[in-house]
Amino acid sequence: MDTSPKPSKRRSPSAAAQAAARWYDTHAPLEKAKRWLWIFIRTVLIVGICFIILYPILTKLSIALRDKQDMFDATVVWLPRHFTLDNIKTVMDYLKYPESVTNTLLLSLGTALLQFASCALAGYGFARLKFWGSGILFGIVIFTIVVPPQTIMVPTYLHYRFFDIFGLFRLFTGKDGVNLLESFWPFFISSGLAMGLKNGLYIYIFRQFFRSLPKDLEEAAYVDGAGVPGTFLRVMLPNAVPAIATVVLFSFIWQWNDSYFVNLFAPNYTLLARMLDLLPGTVRPEYVGGISHTSLYLNTGTLLGILPIFILYLFAQKYFVESVERTGLVG
Amino acid sequence: MAKGRSLGLSRKKQLYGVLFVTPWLLGFVLLMAIPFFQSLQFSFHKLTLNSEGYSLQYVGLENYHNIFFVDAWYVRTLTDAVIAMVLDVPLIIFFSLFTATLLAQKFRGRMLARAIIFLPVVLASGVIAKLDNGNFLAQMIGAASTDLEGNYSGLRSIELRPLLLEAGLGINIVDYLTGAVDRIYQIISSSGVQILIFLAGLQSISPSLYEAAKMEGATGYEAFWKITFPMISPLILTNVVYTIIDSFYDNGMTQMIQDAAFGRLDFGVSSAMSWIYFLVISVILAISTYWISKRVFYYD
Repeated sequence: MDTSPKPSKRRSPSAAAQAAARWYDTHAPLEKAKRWLWIFIRTVLIVGICFIILYPILTKLSIALRDKQDMFDATVVWLPRHFTLDNIKTVMDYLKYPESVTNTLLLSLGTALLQFASCALAGYGFARLKFWGSGILFGIVIFTIVVPPQTIMVPTYLHYRFFDIFGLFRLFTGKDGVNLLESFWPFFISSGLAMGLKNGLYIYIFRQFFRSLPKDLEEAAYVDGAGVPGTFLRVMLPNAVPAIATVVLFSFIWQWNDSYFVNLFAPNYTLLARMLDLLPGTVRPEYVGGISHTSLYLNTGTLLGILPIFILYLFAQKYFVESVERTGLVG
Repeated sequence: MAKGRSLGLSRKKQLYGVLFVTPWLLGFVLLMAIPFFQSLQFSFHKLTLNSEGYSLQYVGLENYHNIFFVDAWYVRTLTDAVIAMVLDVPLIIFFSLFTATLLAQKFRGRMLARAIIFLPVVLASGVIAKLDNGNFLAQMIGAASTDLEGNYSGLRSIELRPLLLEAGLGINIVDYLTGAVDRIYQIISSSGVQILIFLAGLQSISPSLYEAAKMEGATGYEAFWKITFPMISPLILTNVVYTIIDSFYDNGMTQMIQDAAFGRLDFGVSSAMSWIYFLVISVILAISTYWISKRVFYYD
């Protein structure tokens, strides 16, 4: 009788400890706590970063939909009390919105397609069709990325002001070249010759991508009797969709957002970037009745400026985000 | 493959190679090389526009003398641009690496977070920033401060400053850090592409490395510094170069070059300015590339 409780007594703490140890092993509270803490911190950080990015856009949206009297109402913080689309209509008039969006769309689409064509050709040439000196030429491509456009700004401007190829035009007509400013030609010519905005980067992307494709693909095509252009068009390009998507999307976006070249080559053309540049002058406080109204219109203008790209982004978001991963730019 | 045929094919391929590269080469000669040397030539001349083109008049080093010793703003603007770049590049690199590490992990809503963080790359930053500079309300509503840099992020570092000073940090470091917090929107919006590049790099690191490290008892912290960081270091070089070029694309200096050319029609001075600018950028890129590439770890 007196021996039986002893072992049980002895057993019970050890059993409890064992149970605790077993429970600790299976549930691992410390590890779990660490993990949950990390998840918590991570969520806070990511939500915080997203908030910083979205905050100005949400503010603008809220302001753009407000009636003027809400501007002076301290109780209106996010949701407007007098909901209105008048601001948007007014600013659309100022920006000549339909015309400027159409023009910008044509310009961006045209340059994107031309840049895609010229850069894909050059990229494939550098990747797979090596010839004597192609290494040096590719080095030059990298060099063109580094040269700021301002360095060649003045000669380029004069070049398009008195456009002439090797003096041929002068030879036939006797005039001093054509004035190509105030048209889309400067953009299209430089894009077609792979000298547009950041084209060195696109050539680099295409070269990296074509290099990463297996050589067997081409060889199979050659064995089947396809020539070099046929192989490029029918075998290599369909396999290069990620790189194409990246280049076309980026060149479209960067052309759309560019105001530098637009101001240089087509300073009086109705393009969105230029109309936005002019907006602060059009809606000065003296003309529209006070600083708050100016501000209202500027906010609405900014919103309208980013709207088309935002819509595009909603649909093509996947391609943007996955673009760099899939182009083989890395590694 | 038969010897004769392959020779024929490789010859053909070379010819096509030249053909494929021709549009770019033409563009390079016409739109880059010639303007490049013309610009150098203009910088030693006085250029006057007239009805049938332009005429040049040799002035020697006068344009360069002008920008360095007569123009009160050139040197200052250039230094400002360089200093801003030097301050921003480490912050952008650090921030984008950090964010990429966060986004590389698996969690719910990852696609949404990526989509939002990549948004600033897509939306026009230059034009929008210009508009916001003249936009009093956005500043008032956003920051509730008298900040002139268009800082509407709503984040201020008022509390952070005394805290860091109490902790015994030097005043310069504290100013740098709090300045970074104040410019957080700017930093986030200029690190989108860098985040993507880092993200792609992180995903290309083989998971077996991490597994092996975990078996050996490495903590997450050690794994980051001993695996992730060395593996990703070549991309740090890429991103530094990208960030430097990006920061020189549009700033006070480029505005000044443009004003000199099309505001005052002083094409010679503008060319001289842009050449000095180009040389400064080249030197900075060369130094930083050399400095970083010596420290980069290459896996294979």
